[in-house]
Amino acid sequence: MPALEVEGLTRRYGEREALGGISLRLEEGSTLVVFGPNGAGKTTLLRVLASLLRPHDGTVRVFGRQLPQESWSVRGRVGLLGHEPLLYRELTARENLLFHARLHDVADARVDGLLESLALSGRCNEPLRLLSHGMVQRAAVARAVLHDPALLLLDEPHSNLDPAALELVDPLIGAAAGRTRVICSHDPAGGLGEADVVLGLRGGRPALLRDARDVTPQEILELYR
Amino acid sequence: MRRTVGALLRKELLVELRTLQSVPGMSLFAVSTFVVFHFALNRSSVEGDLASGILWVTLLFAAILGINRLFVADSEEGGFDAFLLAPVDRTALLLAKALTLLTFLVVLELVAVPAFALLLLGPSIGRALPDLLGVLALGDLGVAAIGTLVAALAVRTRARDLLGPLLSLPLLVPIVIGGARATAPLLASGHVQAPAPRWLLTLGLYDLIFGLIAYALFDFILED
Repeated sequence: MPALEVEGLTRRYGEREALGGISLRLEEGSTLVVFGPNGAGKTTLLRVLASLLRPHDGTVRVFGRQLPQESWSVRGRVGLLGHEPLLYRELTARENLLFHARLHDVADARVDGLLESLALSGRCNEPLRLLSHGMVQRAAVARAVLHDPALLLLDEPHSNLDPAALELVDPLIGAAAGRTRVICSHDPAGGLGEADVVLGLRGGRPALLRDARDVTPQEILELYR
Repeated sequence: MRRTVGALLRKELLVELRTLQSVPGMSLFAVSTFVVFHFALNRSSVEGDLASGILWVTLLFAAILGINRLFVADSEEGGFDAFLLAPVDRTALLLAKALTLLTFLVVLELVAVPAFALLLLGPSIGRALPDLLGVLALGDLGVAAIGTLVAALAVRTRARDLLGPLLSLPLLVPIVIGGARATAPLLASGHVQAPAPRWLLTLGLYDLIFGLIAYALFDFILED
C-alpha cells in the first residue's frame, strides 16, 4: 500500500487556486521533495496532507485513509515541521514537549531522551522565547518526531540550523530514520540528495514530477525563473 | 479524555501564570469600573436592583476581556494546529478552555466582589454571600460555555477583537438579566430575601442549552 495517493488535488483560498491538478503516489519509506518558488503551493500541500486543510477537489489518501473523511485515523501517524514551531513561547522546551507527549500518549522518558539527543537538556527549563532560532527549531524537530510518526511533513526543515545542529537532527528526520517523508526545499543540490521523487510546483500547478534520478539541479532552478 | 483535558488545562494555566495577560486585566477593569460608577452616579453607596445591575454589567464586560484572549496564544503560536494533529477527542479542547475561562471568572470575582462591597455596596454582603456565590456560579457556567464557543469562532477571523464582543454581548444578555434579577433581593437593604427560583431556573436552563450547543458546534468550528 502506498503511503500517499493524491489524485487531481485542488485547494483554493477564496477565489484564488493555491493548488490544482496535483496527482502523485509515494511508497512507504520513500522521500518526496517539493520544489517551487514562494507562493507555489508547497506549504498548502503539506497542510492538506497533514489533514489541516480540506481538499476542495480530488482525492487524497494517506496510508490508505481518505482525507478528510478518515483524518481521525491518520492523526498521530503524521509529524509536521512547518515554518512555525507549534510551541508556546512562554513555556519551556520541556513543558512544551511534555504537553505534546500527553496529547499523543507518549511516555515522559521519550521527552528527556529527545532533549538529550538534540543537546537541549542544558536549556530545556528556560522559556522558549529566550532560546535562539536554532534551538527553537531543534525543539520543534523534537515535537514533530515525539510520537514516532510514520509520515514526516517537513517545510524547509534545515532553516536556522547550523552544521552541528544538522548532525543532531539528521538521525531523527533524515533518510536513516526510515520514515516516509515529504520535504519542501529551496536547495536543489541538498533536496535532490534526499529525494526519491521530485515534485516541482509553479503557481500551484505541477511543473515537474519525476523520479529523482532523472532530475538535474538545472531543471529545478528553471522552476524559479 | 480526562488526561487530555488535564494536559490542556495545565498548559492554559501555566501560560496565564507566565504572561498574566487575562486575569489581572479583567480584575483591574472591574475595579476601575466600580470607581467610575462611584463618581458617575455621585452616590457613595448603592443597593437592590441598581447594585445588582452594576455588579453584573461590570462582570460581563470584564469577562469579555478574557473571552477575547482565550484562544490568542493558540492562534498566534500554532497551538490549534498542534492540537488538531493529535489523535484526541476535540471536545477535550472545549472542556479545557471552558474550565480555563471558568477559573479566570472565579479569580475575577474573588477580586471584584470584595471591591464592589468596599467601593459601592451599601448593605453588608455577609449574610447574602452564600446565595450570591451560587448565583454567580450559575452565571459563570453560562459565560464559560458561550465565551468558549464565541472565542473559538472569532479567533479565526481577522476582526477577532471586534467580532468577539459583538457576538458575545447579545448571547450573554440573558445571563446578565437572570443574574441581576436573582441577585437584586440579595443586595437589598434590610431583610435579605432568597433569589427567586424562576431566575435561577432561567440561568440553569440557559447554561444547559448553551453547553449543549457548544458541544455540538465546537468540532465544526475547529475544522478548516
